[in-house]
Amino acid sequence: MEKKVLMKGNEALAEAAMRSGCRHFFGYPITPQTELAAYMAKQMPKRGGTFLQAESEVAAINMVYGAAGAGARVMTSSSSPGISLKQEGISYIAGADLPCVIINIVRGGPGLGGIQPAQSDYFQATKGGGHGDYRLLVYAPSSVQEMADLVGVAFDKADTYRMPAMIMGDGMLGQMMEPVSFKEPIAPEDLPQKEWATCGTGMKRKKNIINSLYLTPDELEELNDARLKRYETILKDEVLFEEYQTEDAELIFVAYGTIARIVMSSVNTLREQGIKAGLIRPITLWPFPSEIINQRADSAKMFLTVEMSQGQMVEDVRLAVNGKKPVYFYGRNGGMVPEQEAIVEEAKKYLQK
Amino acid sequence: METVFDRPHALSDVVTNFCPGCTHGIITRLVAEVLDELGMEGKAVGVAPVGCSVMAYNFYECDMQEAAHGRAPAVATGIKRVHPENLVFTYQGDGDLAAIGTAETVHAAARSENITIIFVNNAIYGMTGGQMAPTSLVGQVTQTTPYGRKVEDQGYPIRMSEMLSTLEGSAYIERVAVDSVPNIRKAKAAIKKAFQCQLDKKGFSLVEVLSTCPTNWGKSPEEALDWLRENMMPQYPLGVYCDKLSKEGE
Repeated sequence: MEKKVLMKGNEALAEAAMRSGCRHFFGYPITPQTELAAYMAKQMPKRGGTFLQAESEVAAINMVYGAAGAGARVMTSSSSPGISLKQEGISYIAGADLPCVIINIVRGGPGLGGIQPAQSDYFQATKGGGHGDYRLLVYAPSSVQEMADLVGVAFDKADTYRMPAMIMGDGMLGQMMEPVSFKEPIAPEDLPQKEWATCGTGMKRKKNIINSLYLTPDELEELNDARLKRYETILKDEVLFEEYQTEDAELIFVAYGTIARIVMSSVNTLREQGIKAGLIRPITLWPFPSEIINQRADSAKMFLTVEMSQGQMVEDVRLAVNGKKPVYFYGRNGGMVPEQEAIVEEAKKYLQK
Repeated sequence: METVFDRPHALSDVVTNFCPGCTHGIITRLVAEVLDELGMEGKAVGVAPVGCSVMAYNFYECDMQEAAHGRAPAVATGIKRVHPENLVFTYQGDGDLAAIGTAETVHAAARSENITIIFVNNAIYGMTGGQMAPTSLVGQVTQTTPYGRKVEDQGYPIRMSEMLSTLEGSAYIERVAVDSVPNIRKAKAAIKKAFQCQLDKKGFSLVEVLSTCPTNWGKSPEEALDWLRENMMPQYPLGVYCDKLSKEGE
């Protein structure tokens, strides 16, 4: 680890990507992720890489498809309305088993929405977004340091499982500055070999085809089911979460990203008042940390999910709790951020019931 | 006995999905012949997007990527930026290139992306069963213009080669046809020149090939060739629209 530098979340994502061997970035301007592209534009030429501002988000994600199919570690970034436009390409990338990293610095929606932070793209990220049966690895950092760390994880896991990975931050995380340290850059020769990539046969091997079209139904089902097997491995091996004071907690909050930090303060406030509260913070939104939530449902009395949405992740929390205990929800949306005191009051409301 | 005609090495030994009498097969073969002659099969990466060329990844022996409808120039851009030394080409129809993928096409040209587009213009959507294309002629009857394309309702056909040749990024653009032996020979020469343009790193190249669709035009293969000559050629004149290779040589 090098010494710490003060950096915006968006810039940290870009720096971490380049240190993870990413030398190709395709994007389209949108607030509030602009610093990421700007950093890439400045740094990529100096490090022998490609920064390309595409004519649209649609073009950008298809450039990612081409570059990923050609074997490169490649990234694109956008914010909610732009991520909607990328969904067609993301489905194709998933269908063609291509690894890449997609950043979504979420803003309020629907439609053009606003430019203030939100978490209302949870469904889109974890339940499909595009057409067809497919999954994304979805990482939800809660600090600038974690943003930087998860970029490397996302590239590695995307390569391992040959699938797209998404890092979902909110506008706050993208814009705020925090001290961050980075890992040493990966040497190009240490990057995983991709014998399936299209880089020319050299007349030495059979051709490689990057494709998601299978007109024979049993062939398509077989390929989809093979992908499902990989997804099942991921559900078993790749779940990441953080627990805070959950062992004896009567009320367990579930929150991710920036909001988890505010909730952590609420837990402390409640504990000071003698109320046993705790927090489970999913770091992977897919695979979702269902198992630990279900386990804690044996000891806790209730769950309170806090989100910057009208209630999206809460559905997964309910599925995880599976009726063992009540699951409540508190959220703000449209760019409004739940405040620490409001979360405390909300918790007390349910505890007094 | 001497072999005088054979399958090009770059052309796979598979059954194509093209209808009988359609000239797609000729164009597909010409590309393979050129890959052989340039010795580029091992360095080539092709992109086959949605349309009649959707299965083209099966037709060539080189590495191939299938692309979403209209997105081939973006996919090709991604490949080329990773492997600038590879020969990257797309094989696209008129619906793909001039309707849903117009933006990708125009901007690939504007960036002078060093790729080659083989643009097959048959004035109709073939694969989906004969709908109006952006290149359908005024008055042309299609499934979605059953009373003929009307200017008041559907506007005018787009001349892509002319339009793209106005962009500074375009290096080589030619419109050819595959209706006769002399024109087929010219078409092959154009494809070869376009690939050479890319190998010489001159930038964006495109060959528009006027092609028939007997099935959806409702014509016999021979009638279709006549219809191409009588109706498409006046609307889409053959010729070189942009040639930075020759200019520099002069």
